[in-house]
Amino acid sequence: MSSVLYDVPGPKARRVSLIGSVVGSLVILGLLAWIIMTLAQQGIFEGRRWAIFTRADVWLLLGNGLGATLTAAALAAVIAFPLGLMLCLLRISDVAAIRIPTRVVLEFLRGMPVVLMMFFVLLVFGTNAFTAVVAGLVLYNSAVFSEIIRAGIQSLPKGQREAGLTIGLTSFQSRMIIELPQAVRRMMPSLVAQLVVLLKDTSLGYIVAYGELLRAVQVMADFLGTAFLFPVFFVAAGIYIAVNICVSRIAVWIERRGTKKAAGGVAKAEPEPIEAAAP
Amino acid sequence: MDAILENLPLYWEGLLRTLFLSTVSGVIALVLGTLLAAARVSPVAALRGFSTTYVEILRNTPLTIAFFFSAVVLPRLGVTFEQFEVAAIIALSAYTAAFIAEAVRSGVNSVHIGQAEAARSIGMKFSQVLSLIILPQALRTVIPPLINILIALVKNSSVAGAFLVLELFGYGRQLANTYGDQVMAVLLGVAFFYLLITVPLGILASTVERKVAISR
Repeated sequence: MSSVLYDVPGPKARRVSLIGSVVGSLVILGLLAWIIMTLAQQGIFEGRRWAIFTRADVWLLLGNGLGATLTAAALAAVIAFPLGLMLCLLRISDVAAIRIPTRVVLEFLRGMPVVLMMFFVLLVFGTNAFTAVVAGLVLYNSAVFSEIIRAGIQSLPKGQREAGLTIGLTSFQSRMIIELPQAVRRMMPSLVAQLVVLLKDTSLGYIVAYGELLRAVQVMADFLGTAFLFPVFFVAAGIYIAVNICVSRIAVWIERRGTKKAAGGVAKAEPEPIEAAAP
Repeated sequence: MDAILENLPLYWEGLLRTLFLSTVSGVIALVLGTLLAAARVSPVAALRGFSTTYVEILRNTPLTIAFFFSAVVLPRLGVTFEQFEVAAIIALSAYTAAFIAEAVRSGVNSVHIGQAEAARSIGMKFSQVLSLIILPQALRTVIPPLINILIALVKNSSVAGAFLVLELFGYGRQLANTYGDQVMAVLLGVAFFYLLITVPLGILASTVERKVAISR
């Protein structure tokens, strides 16, 4: 796509571009070298600081942290999705008395920081940290899932619902049998993208003292001494990023698969990934 | 209710700090994100590579990790801050810039090819094509997603409250400690002030979206 913005480079432009690449690389490499030098001056690369990764208990703690992170994320996703479907059905109900209150609740849930919800559940209901994290994630993400599915239903041609009603289905049956399956399928990339957001938000559990990955880092740094903070943090951040990139890749893969199908005659979903995957 | 009414000045102060954090981080992130997007579509391979790596890493980093790095790890590396707010602004703007870069880039891709071709055919350079023809049109398309990113930024700034910055959420935590018997009211008050910022922005985003959709 980028080649649209400039002509196929001639010899002169290629030379300029090559010089630019070399200079740019040098600047970036210089910056990296400076960072590494600064880190080295702090003694970050001493062998003894990294030797802790030969210890099994360090990996066990990190593993437990990752396990706690993934458990909370998986449980929240499993609860939030059906709840989101239900909220979506209420949100597009034909009865104004159901539709309008649902809309107010959804706006409320979507406009609040997730960490505030976790904190709310923790203090007001006096739950443990795990429940607070899962509840916070469920409240927020079911609202977002609901809005994504609603966008999917509204992107369907009107005829889908009309045909359903014509053959004698009730409004509810038409939603369940005809519209929802298509909407969910259309919105699959956005839904998976939202899963990445959910997984990332699990780390907010750190703030309510849930024993997830980042909390494990903090515990280890307190226990082993701050000298080990950087190595442990670095490895934990690497794990987080690796897991998230994997899930992101699944989203991209599903999107590609959807596009391929679209070429075979199925209508292509309206691209709406930016909005749905807002941080 | 007493806890809210007695502490209205504190809530007000928190609201202003949240707005301050979001505005400063938002402006830095907009500039940084636009530069990253420009690097991403530029003819220079090194810049493209750098921008792609930055966006991929930051987009897949939880915000809490970014904050932890900025507030806890950086000081241990010799980068110290007079105020925690500086660390919060660094984390928020570095994180948000990646999302803005993605949005702007998809906006650039949405501008019709003919526009760039016409600009090139009258002899414009890459920098001119980008700054005079493509970006102004791209920005128009990306304003709704950008507003959504800024809404997320306002909500994300609450994480700063957990890292000792006193903004809405930070004050809310303090008040929840003081008024143990009225926690629910205190926190609903905090929620109300967040909604005061995010709901109008959301309405603005959908209004702009409708306007742009018609003209395209």
